[in-house]
Amino acid sequence: MDFATFLIQLLNSVQYGLLLFMLAAGLTLIFGIMGVVNLAHGSFYMLGAYLGYSLSGQFGSLTLAILGGAALAVVFGLVLEWLLFRHFYHRDHLDQVLLTFGLIYIFEELRSILWGDDVHGVAIPKLLDWSIPLTDTLSYPVYRLFISGVCIALAVALYLLISKTRLGMKIRAGAFNRDMAESLGVNIKLIHAIVFALGVGLAAVAGMVAAPVSSVYPNMGSSVLIMCFVVVVIGGIGSVRGALIAALLVGFVDTFGKVLLPQVAGMLVYMLMAAVLLWKPEGLFKQ
Amino acid sequence: MSTPRANIEVLPRSVQFALALGLAALLLFPVVGSDFYVQMVTRMMIMAIFAMSLDLLQGVTGLVSLGHAAYFGVAGYALAFLTPADMPVSLWWSLPLAVAASGLVALVIGFFVVRTHGIYFIMVTMAFAQMVFYLFFDNKVLGGSDGLYINFRPDASILGWLPFDLEGRKTFYYFTLALVVLVYALLRRLLWSPLGRALAGIRINEHRMRAMGFGTRGYKLTAFTIAGALAGLAGYLWGAQTGYVNPELMGFHMSAHAIMMVILGGMGNFAGAIVGAFAFEYLLHAFKDISKHWQLLMGCFIVLVVVAAPRGLLGMFAQRRAAQASEGLHHG
Repeated sequence: MDFATFLIQLLNSVQYGLLLFMLAAGLTLIFGIMGVVNLAHGSFYMLGAYLGYSLSGQFGSLTLAILGGAALAVVFGLVLEWLLFRHFYHRDHLDQVLLTFGLIYIFEELRSILWGDDVHGVAIPKLLDWSIPLTDTLSYPVYRLFISGVCIALAVALYLLISKTRLGMKIRAGAFNRDMAESLGVNIKLIHAIVFALGVGLAAVAGMVAAPVSSVYPNMGSSVLIMCFVVVVIGGIGSVRGALIAALLVGFVDTFGKVLLPQVAGMLVYMLMAAVLLWKPEGLFKQ
Repeated sequence: MSTPRANIEVLPRSVQFALALGLAALLLFPVVGSDFYVQMVTRMMIMAIFAMSLDLLQGVTGLVSLGHAAYFGVAGYALAFLTPADMPVSLWWSLPLAVAASGLVALVIGFFVVRTHGIYFIMVTMAFAQMVFYLFFDNKVLGGSDGLYINFRPDASILGWLPFDLEGRKTFYYFTLALVVLVYALLRRLLWSPLGRALAGIRINEHRMRAMGFGTRGYKLTAFTIAGALAGLAGYLWGAQTGYVNPELMGFHMSAHAIMMVILGGMGNFAGAIVGAFAFEYLLHAFKDISKHWQLLMGCFIVLVVVAAPRGLLGMFAQRRAAQASEGLHHG
C-alpha cells in the first residue's frame, strides 16, 4: 500500500468513525442518562437520510436541508419522548426492547408508504462536488472531508454543551444521581426530553450528511444500529469519550480490514468486540 | 432498572387443563385440517420449540438474548450442508449433529456474553448474532444472501426399515408435535431440577447466589448452551419443513419475534412460550392477510401489548390469582 492509498483509507476510516460516533453518542447518552435501550435509534438515522433526500430536492440546498431536517427530527424526537419513551424510563429493559422493536416496524412501514421501497441517490451539493488530487491517479473527494468536518464540529459542540454549560451540568448531575439532582431543583423530565431530542437530532444529521455517499435505502437503519451497539459495548455505556475512541477504532478496523483482509473483513469488528469483552467486560471507559 | 416479573412456575389447574385440551386439539387437527393449515400449525409448533428454548434464558434465568435466532439458523444451515443434492440424509445422525452444532456455537458465543449484564447482554448477544448473520450473508460458499435449498426431508429409515416417512405432511406434523411435547417435558423437568432452581435463583438475585457459593457464570453458560441447542432443534425442523434456509432465519427480526412470543404468552414456565408462539404466528398470518402494510399493524400491536399487558396472556392468570389470594387474606 503506497502512501496516497494509505492516506485515503485513513481519511475514510476517520470519516466513518466520526459518523458512527454521532450515532453512538446519542445512543450512549440515552442509555447512560435515562437507562433506555433504544433499538429504534437506527430508524432516526434512516429518517434523517430520507428527510435529507426530500428536503434537498425541495430546497436545492444541502445546508437548508440539514438545518430544516435536524429541526424536524428534534421536534419528532420530542413528540415521541412525550408520547411513549418517558413512560418507559423505569420499566424493564425487556419492555424497552419490545417498545422500540415495535417502533422499528412502524417506522419502516411509514417509510415505505411515504417514500417507497426504491434506492434513492442524493446529489452532492455543487460547492462540495470536487476532489483534492493526491497523486496523478488518486484524489480525495471534498465531500467526505465535509462529513468529517460536520461531525467534528458537532462533537466539539456536544463536548462544550456537556462540560461547560449550565444545562450540561444539570445533565451530568441527572446522570450521576437522578433523585439528588431532582431534589436540588433540576427539572429531570425536561432534561430527559432534551437529551432524547439531542440524540435523535444527532442521528438524523448523521443520516443526512451520509446520504450522498451511502444513498438512501430501506433497512439502512439496522446495520448502522448494530455497529453502534458494537461501539457502545467497546467504549463503555454512558461514556461519550469512550464512544468517540471506540467509534474511531471501529472505523479504522473496518476500513483497513476491507482493504487488507477482505475475506474476513465482516468479522473483524466483532472480533475486536470479543477481545475487548474478554479484557474488560464493561467496555474500555465504563463510567 | 430490572424489576422482577411475575413468573408462574407452578401452573394453575385451569392452565394445565387448557394445555391438555390444546394437546388433544393438536392430535386431532390433521384429521380435519386442510394441507395448508396442517403446514401452518406445523410451523407454529416449530416456533413453539424455538420460543421455549429462549424462555429458558429469558423467563427462567432472566437473560434477554436478542440474538437467539443465530442458533436457530445454524442448525437449519447444518441440515442444508448435510443433505446431498440428490438424496435425503439420515435423520438419526443429522439431527443430533445439527443440534450439537447450534449448541457448540452457543457455547462459544456464550463464553463471551455471560460475562456481561443487563443492557450489555442484550447488545452483545445481538452483535454476535449479527456476526453469524453476516458470515452466511457475505459468503457465497455458505449460500450467500440467496440461501440454500434442501431438496429432501431427512430420512428416518433404520437399516432399511422405515418407521415413518417425514416426506408426508401429516407424519412431519406428528413428528414435530412429539418433539414439542418432549421438549416441554424436558424443560419442565429441568425447571424443577437443581440446575433449574439455580437458574431461577440467578434471575431473582445473582449476587446472593454468588455469595452462597454458586459459580453463576458456569450456570449461565450451561443455560445458554442448552437454549442454543434447543433453538437448533427448532431450526433443523424449520429447514426440513420449508426445504429452504436463508440468512433471514438468523436475522434480528427473528430474534425479536422469539422475545415477543415469550412475552406474549408469559415467561418462565414454557407453557406461556407455546401459547405465545401460536398467538404470534397466528397474528402474523392474520395481519399479512388483512393488509399489505402488515408491518404497521404488527408494530402497533407490539407497542400496545408492551404498554397494556406487559405480563403476557398467562401472566393475567397470575395477576388474577394474586388478587384472589390477597382477597382471601383480607377475608380470612
